[in-house]
Formats: sequence, C-alpha cells, structure tokens
Amino acid sequence: MARIIVVTSGKGGVGKTTTSAAISMGLAKKGHKTAVIDFDVGLRNLDLIMGCERRVIYDLVNVINKEASLNQALIKDKRCEKLFILPASQTRDKDALHLEGVGRVLEELSKDFDYIVCDSPAGIEKGAHLAMYFADDAFVVTNPEVSSVRDSDRMLGILASKSRRAENNEEPIREYLLLSRYSPERVRLGEMLSVADVQEILSLNLLGVIPESKSVLNASNSGVPVILDDKSDAGHAYADIIDRYLGINKPHRFIEEEKRSLFNKLFRGR
Amino acid sequence: MSLLDYFRSSKVSTASLAKERLQILVAHERNSKNQKHPSYLPKLQQELLQVIRKYINVDLNAISVNFEQDEDQETLEVNIVLPDDSSKKNVKHTSFNHRK
Repeated sequence: MARIIVVTSGKGGVGKTTTSAAISMGLAKKGHKTAVIDFDVGLRNLDLIMGCERRVIYDLVNVINKEASLNQALIKDKRCEKLFILPASQTRDKDALHLEGVGRVLEELSKDFDYIVCDSPAGIEKGAHLAMYFADDAFVVTNPEVSSVRDSDRMLGILASKSRRAENNEEPIREYLLLSRYSPERVRLGEMLSVADVQEILSLNLLGVIPESKSVLNASNSGVPVILDDKSDAGHAYADIIDRYLGINKPHRFIEEEKRSLFNKLFRGR
Repeated sequence: MSLLDYFRSSKVSTASLAKERLQILVAHERNSKNQKHPSYLPKLQQELLQVIRKYINVDLNAISVNFEQDEDQETLEVNIVLPDDSSKKNVKHTSFNHRK
C-alpha cells in the first residue's frame, strides 16, 4: 500500500510544483518507488519542472477515461528509475476529473508504489479537492507572507473536514508545514514573518524551511528538480525535509542567517 | 523626512504588524467556520412561537432560539419572554445540551 502525500497551499505561486518535484525525486532517490501526479488540469507544469515535457503522450484524464492504461501514461524519469510522472491534461478543463476516477487511479497505483505525491492546483476548487481527498499526509507549502498564511489556514480547515479520512471518521491527515522563500535577513530586519510566527499562527508541525534561493529558478529553467542540485541551499533544505519525513532526526537549518566573514562581506557583496 | 527622523526610526516592524493582523483574522475565520447554524432554526422558532401563542399571548418577537457549538458540546438555547401582565416580568429560559 502506498502512502499518499498531497502538496497543497491554497495560494498559487508559493512553490507547490517545485516542492512536488523535489520531494518525489528525494523519496525515489532513497529507493522508494514513487509516482508524482499533476492535478492541475488545463495548466499543467509539473512536466516542465521535471524536464519531461517532450515525453508526454497520455495524461491523467486519459487514464481516468480509460483511453490509456496507467503504464502507458506514466513517464519514467531518466535520472532515477524509481520515479514516475503522471502529467495532467493540458486541453481539458477541471471537470474532466471526478472522485470515482481519481480514486480508481490512486488505488491502482497504490498496488505497486511506495509513495504517491499529488501536486495540487492552487485554489480550493475541484482539482485541489480531488488532489487532497485521498491523502494520508499533507505538505502545506507556505510563504512567510500574510495572504499565503491565511490561505494555508483555510486549506487546513478543508483538509480536516472534506477529505476521505475526515468523512470516514478515520485518523486525520497528517499535516506538515513547509515554509518556503524564507529570508532570515529580512526576518532580522522585521520585514518578514519568522518561522516561529507562522508556526504559532498555523500550529503546524514544521517539516522544513526552504530559503529564498536563486537555485530554484535555475532548476526550473533547466527542468531539473532542485533537490538534485547538490550545491544549492534549497536542494539541501529539501533533502533534509525528506530525511525528517522518513523519520531521521535532522536539526532545522536555514532559519538563522549564515555567518559571513568580513572578507566575504567586503568582497563578495550580497 | 528630516535627518533626525531617520535616526529616530521608532516605527513598528511590518512583520509584527502582519502577525497581529493574521492572528486576529485566523481566529475569526476559524470561529465563523465552526459556527454553522442548523438550517432548521428559523422554522423551529416560528413553530414554537405558534404553539406558545395558542396558550399565552406572547409578543411576536418574544422568542429567540440560539445554537452554539463548543469543542465538545452543542447547545440549543430557547428564550421565551412572557408578557408583562401575566404576573411579573418573567423570562423562561430553557437549554438543551448535547455532548458530542
């Protein structure tokens, strides 16, 4: 039986797809057979972030409509043999998804995968609802910024009331906070909500802080999940997140400013 | 802005402002979401009023029906104000509790 993870946020542009790409690659690199599914029907982008946009033939909607089998639609990653991508349809609209169909696809995947990562679209409508409905765990991606925190809180309410686990009175979805685009320097200057602030407001278990980083754009430019960039701080942050999720105790990083020598300050600039 | 203002710089950090605003907002939104009043309340109020008016000539707005929801209990509160002339001012108060 696979464990189903939904990557969600409510708000758009906070790093859901970046996170989905990174954590699915991270889990697969640890040897777990992992599928990552794009639920953003009509606006698919996971394929682009994963760098497999030219290999898409069939998509999630084709599988739901039984126009293609799962094996035909799943794209095997070229960098990691344990990782498979199921893209969203670019031509249909969100009504092409329905509960029964998504449930069937997830059930079939569950038979031979260890983890299924559902990349939720922004918003709280059908695509987002179906992405989280069957989840066991939720990675709530939040930016230290008022609208993102508010939307995350709204999403937490939905996870607690409108998921399969909630409807069947089962153990609730495990929710984790991933605070992304964090800048310790701006927190010190009083310009940005701190990790502690966001945790206090959302009362969530912190899985990791992902620093604001140039490497994220570089990674998406080249279609490589940022976790594969071993020189990148964001990549390290995601690697830590995977370890913590899998039960390895890793102290949190990227919360404090990096200490820089006078030499660095003078000659390297920012 | 004078040079003096620049050095004084006693302005509140925007981050603490953000935190304060969010705490109020989130608390408010969580509350309003949890307090879903059952849809039968207005009808219940109307019918109760009809029954009571059969026996006592109470005011049309002499009755209020409230529904409250806590962490682990729901309270249905019915308030009936009896008219002045029937002895003294009298407030009948009944509530029904239901532990979840």
